[in-house]
Amino acid sequence: MNKLELQKTANEIRKGIVTAVHSAKAGHPGGSLSAADLFTYLYFEEMNIDPKDPKKADRDRFVLSKGHTAPGLYSTLAQRGYFPVEDLVTLRHIGSYLQGHPDMKHIPGVDMSSGSLGQGISAAVGMALSAKMSGEDYRVYTLLGDGEIQEGQVWEASMFAGHRKLDNLVVIVDNNGLQIDGAIDDVCSPYPIDKKFEAFNFHVINVADGNDFDQLAAAFAEAKATKGMPTAIIMKTVKGKGVSFMENNVAWHGAAPNDEQYAVAMEDLKKVGEALCQK
Amino acid sequence: MSEVKKIATRESYGNALVELGQEHENLVVLDADLAAATKTGTFKKAFPDRHIDCGIAECNMMGIAAGLSTTGKVPFASTFAMFAAGRAFEQVRNSIGYPHLNVKIGATHAGISVGEDGATHQCNEDIALMRSIPGMVVINPSDDVEAKAAVKAAYEYEGPVYLRFGRLAAPVINDNADYKFEIGKGVTLREGKDLTIVATGLCVSASLEAAEKLAADGVNAKVINIHTIKPLDEELIIAAAKETGKVVTVEEHSVIGGLGSAVCDCLSEKAPTQVLKIGVNDVFGESGPAVKLLEKYGLDAAGIYEKVKAFIK
Ligand SMILES: Cc1ncc(C[n+]2csc(CCOP(=O)(O)OP(=O)(O)O)c2C)c(N)n1
Ligand SMILES: [Mg+2]
Repeated sequence: MNKLELQKTANEIRKGIVTAVHSAKAGHPGGSLSAADLFTYLYFEEMNIDPKDPKKADRDRFVLSKGHTAPGLYSTLAQRGYFPVEDLVTLRHIGSYLQGHPDMKHIPGVDMSSGSLGQGISAAVGMALSAKMSGEDYRVYTLLGDGEIQEGQVWEASMFAGHRKLDNLVVIVDNNGLQIDGAIDDVCSPYPIDKKFEAFNFHVINVADGNDFDQLAAAFAEAKATKGMPTAIIMKTVKGKGVSFMENNVAWHGAAPNDEQYAVAMEDLKKVGEALCQK
Repeated sequence: MSEVKKIATRESYGNALVELGQEHENLVVLDADLAAATKTGTFKKAFPDRHIDCGIAECNMMGIAAGLSTTGKVPFASTFAMFAAGRAFEQVRNSIGYPHLNVKIGATHAGISVGEDGATHQCNEDIALMRSIPGMVVINPSDDVEAKAAVKAAYEYEGPVYLRFGRLAAPVINDNADYKFEIGKGVTLREGKDLTIVATGLCVSASLEAAEKLAADGVNAKVINIHTIKPLDEELIIAAAKETGKVVTVEEHSVIGGLGSAVCDCLSEKAPTQVLKIGVNDVFGESGPAVKLLEKYGLDAAGIYEKVKAFIK
């Protein structure tokens, strides 16, 4: 996909996120929207996957370690053809397969169940290790929140990945600057994030704007070229990106828009879509 | 019928902390990036210097609470039940339970009534985990009145206490002048001769409602509220079992290891009685509105009524 197509796709994915969370009357739009471009890049450009064959043995894997941003992943999987976009409105409804947090038993395309922060990265490390052990060349990607990396388990997993030189592993940190109780550097600062991963023997790539596809493309190309150590991509993003009243607003971490707010949000995204069509 | 007042016990927790904080300088509150949800944010507003946000690091939080308690502070460490009892289990066991430190664990969002977040956040195992730790007091209050009283009693008590609170607003049922809370003492809420329903937490009000429906069928159930699962009020339960025969336990928790198991442990040894355990039947929860989930898993009044009817047939 070219950049314009990626942008258009990401905008559709954002619509799906807002629609799903609005319909669920609960869920996490902020961190889903900040990572929408990353999800798009991974599933439409970077990863070797096949929506017709979600369990294909040699596929690349993705683990959403920050599992609360399931609406972002689900909307992407739906756009990519794993399941109908229409199903997104069943998110978090009783009886729906679209559980509040990623559920690998029931959702096509979900490679690992997650939702308890800090645990997904370890599972991703296990997948990457397995490829090394059996000489397979699939790659493993995992997305973490910048609040999530306060969990000690993240650094246990990182130490192991660095030690084992898992160069088939890419750890992405969504550095949107916010967690639930406020700014990450007010609550319990994880900074400097890049130096920490460096110290754990990662190749570190800082992305100044993780909502920009050129910068994402450059980072993932560099990650692929990196041999002998795992890569960490620390990408600065805007929490709530694309919906005016949600941007950089901690209140939209885990809240659903009401009908009025939903209309405003969809209007914001419609305008973005129209502008992209003029290009 | 007039509308019953409903308050989530996590709200009660936040409010009780503020009241206690006014009286006691040594009370400190810890949280792990969930201050708005656990309601310790209420305490933070009143006493910002005594609220410690540990970030998303529950195991570390329990260790910090342990350390604080050794210097005379009385820490209330707060997060969701899943992360307090689940993730940090071993820290709680070895750094708080084993040295028998004066740490209070305020665990909110217990059980399936968490609702939409789904199975990863619905902890139906915390009572089992916590009651297996020697010396740990385990309290699961049924409403606002009891929750606030429990937080105060936990402060007065010297030693580790696990307090379990819910996300969903619960009917206030203990709002009467002679209500008295004592750790380890069950409360008989309704007399009856045909069977005994022993309930805890959110399920107490639903059990009372079920008992009313049973009464309409001519079945008189005694209803006992067990707010303290450990130490268990064995005397009260044994006496009730001897009086009524059949016993039913009701809890928003797995049927493995919770109130039902505690009651069976007691009765099988000291007064063998047939017991029906109502709870989450060894399955994970799922996403959905809390009230619908309680209905689906048979933990509302109608579900309890049906199961009791079949049991006493
Ligand atoms: C172990 C654990 N503790 C707490 C939570 C509750 N929780 C859900 S999201 C969140 C904040 C996450 O912030 P961040 O990692 O920065 O995510 P993002 O900003 O990308 O949404 C917390 C504390 C959880 N899901 N898991
Ligand atoms: Mg964040």
